[in-house]
Amino acid sequence: MGFITDRKRAAGLGSAKTGTEHHWHMMVTSVALLPLVLMFILSFGAILGSPYSEVIAYYQRPFPAMIAILTMLVGFNHFAHGARSTIEDYTGGLTRKGLIIGVNCLSYSAAAFAIFAIVRIAL
Amino acid sequence: MAAKPKKGTFMADNNQDNRPLSPFMIGQYYRPQWTSMSSIFTRITGLSLLVASLMIVWWFVAAASGPEAFATANGFITSWFGDLILFFSTWAMFYHMLFGIRHLIWDSGRMLEVDQSEMYAQAALVGSVLLTIFVVIVL
Repeated sequence: MGFITDRKRAAGLGSAKTGTEHHWHMMVTSVALLPLVLMFILSFGAILGSPYSEVIAYYQRPFPAMIAILTMLVGFNHFAHGARSTIEDYTGGLTRKGLIIGVNCLSYSAAAFAIFAIVRIAL
Repeated sequence: MAAKPKKGTFMADNNQDNRPLSPFMIGQYYRPQWTSMSSIFTRITGLSLLVASLMIVWWFVAAASGPEAFATANGFITSWFGDLILFFSTWAMFYHMLFGIRHLIWDSGRMLEVDQSEMYAQAALVGSVLLTIFVVIVL
């Protein structure tokens, strides 16, 4: 049984102290994603629906490949950080830790799969 | 902080469950507002983009694996169901993008009045639909 109040447990701890860094990170990645996502929608949309050989030839060109790689890299990074904010807003304790670790594993795995695949097509 | 302790766990503060709480902005206590609704939809659209993203990752991995794997993934993504996911994801993308831009504008100290913010929300909602239609027609 605990003898101290909720207020006493919280007093003096201050903020999490890394909020500014997180916010700035979201700003940087969101600005980066503005041109990246627009270019990705246009390039991916242009080739989607084409036969296999044309898709392979398309992603062997440097520009479509680099747009796709950067969009996957920055996009999944932005997703991991954004999802973390949501998790922190609605959950706590072990659930929060587990979900944040899970989202990071999923995001960076997905990015790695995509980037490896694109590089393999391109080379 | 850990989850809220059960009533009676802490001897010193037995009244903690009976205190009045500020009601959550979305729910039975408030009418829907442009500010709160556009905010929560920014989050929902952002999270929902995971579905289309993973589908596109699958498409790239399949293309790298070979013609047979590509045929399966490409067949799914260009089916009516894949098209439906891509259509709503394109809208979600433009919505999230336009309302993300509003965050960048807010961060510069501009457009912080409620009426300006609401006007942007209405314009951006229309804009996201128009951009989606534009992309569907062009591509």
